[in-house]
Amino acid sequence: MEITYLEAIRQALWEEMDRDERVFMLGEDIGVYGGAFKVTKGFLDKFGPERVMDTPLSESGFVGAAIGGALMGMRPVVEMQFSDFIACAFDQIVNMAAKHHYRTGEPVPMVIRAPYGGGIHAGPFHSQCPEAWFFHVAGLKLVAPSTPADAKGLLKAAIRDPNPVIYFEHKYLYRHIKGEVPAEDTIVPIGQAEVKRPGSTISVITYGAMLQHSLAAAERLLTEGIDLEVVDLRTLQPLDMATIASSVKKTGRVMVVHEAPKTGGIGGEIAARIAEELFQYLDAPIVRVAPPHTPVPFSPVLEEAYLPNSDTIAGKARALAGF
Amino acid sequence: MGVQQPTPTELLNIYYYLKLTRGLEQRVITLYRQGKIVGGVYLGTGEEAIAVGSASALEPSDVIAPTHRDLGANLMKGITPKEYMAQYLAKQTGLTRGRDGNVHFGDITRGIIGFISPMADLLPVAAGVALTFKIRRERRVVAAFFGDGASSRGDFHEALNLAAVLKLPVVFICHNNQYAYSTPLSRQMAIEHVADRAKAYGMPGISVDGNDVLAVRNAVALAAARARMGEGPSLVEGKTMRMRGHAEHDDASYVPPALLEEWRARDPIDRFAACLRDQTLLDDVTAKAIDDRIAKEIEEAVLFAESSPLPDTKDLLDGVYAA
Repeated sequence: MEITYLEAIRQALWEEMDRDERVFMLGEDIGVYGGAFKVTKGFLDKFGPERVMDTPLSESGFVGAAIGGALMGMRPVVEMQFSDFIACAFDQIVNMAAKHHYRTGEPVPMVIRAPYGGGIHAGPFHSQCPEAWFFHVAGLKLVAPSTPADAKGLLKAAIRDPNPVIYFEHKYLYRHIKGEVPAEDTIVPIGQAEVKRPGSTISVITYGAMLQHSLAAAERLLTEGIDLEVVDLRTLQPLDMATIASSVKKTGRVMVVHEAPKTGGIGGEIAARIAEELFQYLDAPIVRVAPPHTPVPFSPVLEEAYLPNSDTIAGKARALAGF
Repeated sequence: MGVQQPTPTELLNIYYYLKLTRGLEQRVITLYRQGKIVGGVYLGTGEEAIAVGSASALEPSDVIAPTHRDLGANLMKGITPKEYMAQYLAKQTGLTRGRDGNVHFGDITRGIIGFISPMADLLPVAAGVALTFKIRRERRVVAAFFGDGASSRGDFHEALNLAAVLKLPVVFICHNNQYAYSTPLSRQMAIEHVADRAKAYGMPGISVDGNDVLAVRNAVALAAARARMGEGPSLVEGKTMRMRGHAEHDDASYVPPALLEEWRARDPIDRFAACLRDQTLLDDVTAKAIDDRIAKEIEEAVLFAESSPLPDTKDLLDGVYAA
């Protein structure tokens, strides 16, 4: 049966809570209200108020509390109502959680669910893609699923991982995509990218909502003799350079597509690593497709102009194929 | 709610830890001046009664979240002089194996959350440890230390509010030592007592003479008993004075000498020694025996640290993630 991306997240949480009593949830409005996006609707009735804990409006406070729970052997899952608000908890994440194992050898098994991304006309404070803020910091794992199956399998993997994992769940995808999800308890391992569409002309390296736009661009370009290989990173940290490398060696042309701003984005690191490690396989300069260096604008016409889409991806791909 | 008064053995144990703390820190000053210490030196000179008095009020299974002025509490929770010295000398045998310095150490298995530099960061983490006790129905308490400066930070406010709303078993313990680096109390807050902040969160707040180890012990014991009964957190403020610079590089010339003189006359160890002598629990022979024991432990610790290996650079990359 096909389910939505949101339902996949819900199922993963439900099954992990059911499987392991150490798993509990903390966040704003997740209990009685069921979460701003209703991901945790019904959880309070099933698991009770000590495992589905409504907190004060206090991002740094409840992320810190999750770290404390993790140190005591619990498996806290924090819901950041919007990933934009994760900035309020930045210090706890990068100074406390990320460095703790390296310093002390004590694991910090916790998940921060971060609803992120634009395309929903929500403006500068409800649309951001903050993954690059954390990409720079050693000790965090970052995942960003693009399909219902990956959403479910990666969340299960994140909850079972002994490290702090930020789980970027794309708000636009919540109810916009559906897909088959394995019925059994299936894990998508952290650290493994997946080729979502094999091709031969250009390696499109992407994740999140940009996967769908990249696949749509690929369909359109097929009639023009341009065959995109679409690599879905799924995990952003640690990066799966092996999968990236095998695609680059195959196509010799690389385009990195993401929804976070181009400046200082993860695409820059991917491009640099390809240039450093795989230069001899390249037939053309690496291209990045990503939004400009502005806040995410509110008005639908502005946001549409800001976000990459299948048109912009196809346009850049044509130019790259003809290089 | 009464507090069990300490037995003569417990009183002498408190005296021993006060003296051991002072002795170890004095020895570190010497090592620093000899150029043997790597990095900064952070001391609790004059504030030992808050660390030791508080820790002496706890049960063995309780957890502490110390500051850089709480060596005494760390020692009472089982950190050894050898580990302390090796940490200061950046050796492999230190608690962080050279990955972090000075008093940035802990061991959750011994009930110590490792201190980190950003002030008040451990307070939300302590709340999370307490939350875990509450979820698991364990009658354990967290003693979470902070300074007057840290009480200006958001994490202090978020932690106290969170702990109060969720009725968590935490005792928040303030070293009000008059200065945060060079900033005097009058530039830190517009109120007289840090304990007054408790009212805003709906928890009891009490100010005690922080240089009276038994007054601290009594206040913390009462607050811990209350927390253990499920009645929620409290704030205990110990009024004290930072008798040295923020760290040893800082000559604290901004502190009026008369203020230091005034507080020197209230030295917590001298006062407690006089109190024990008044009760005939301490005489010259006992005092000398304790001093000799401490001197031996300190010299063994220095020898251990100096003869310990430095970390192996081939391990540099290990342990960013827990496996």
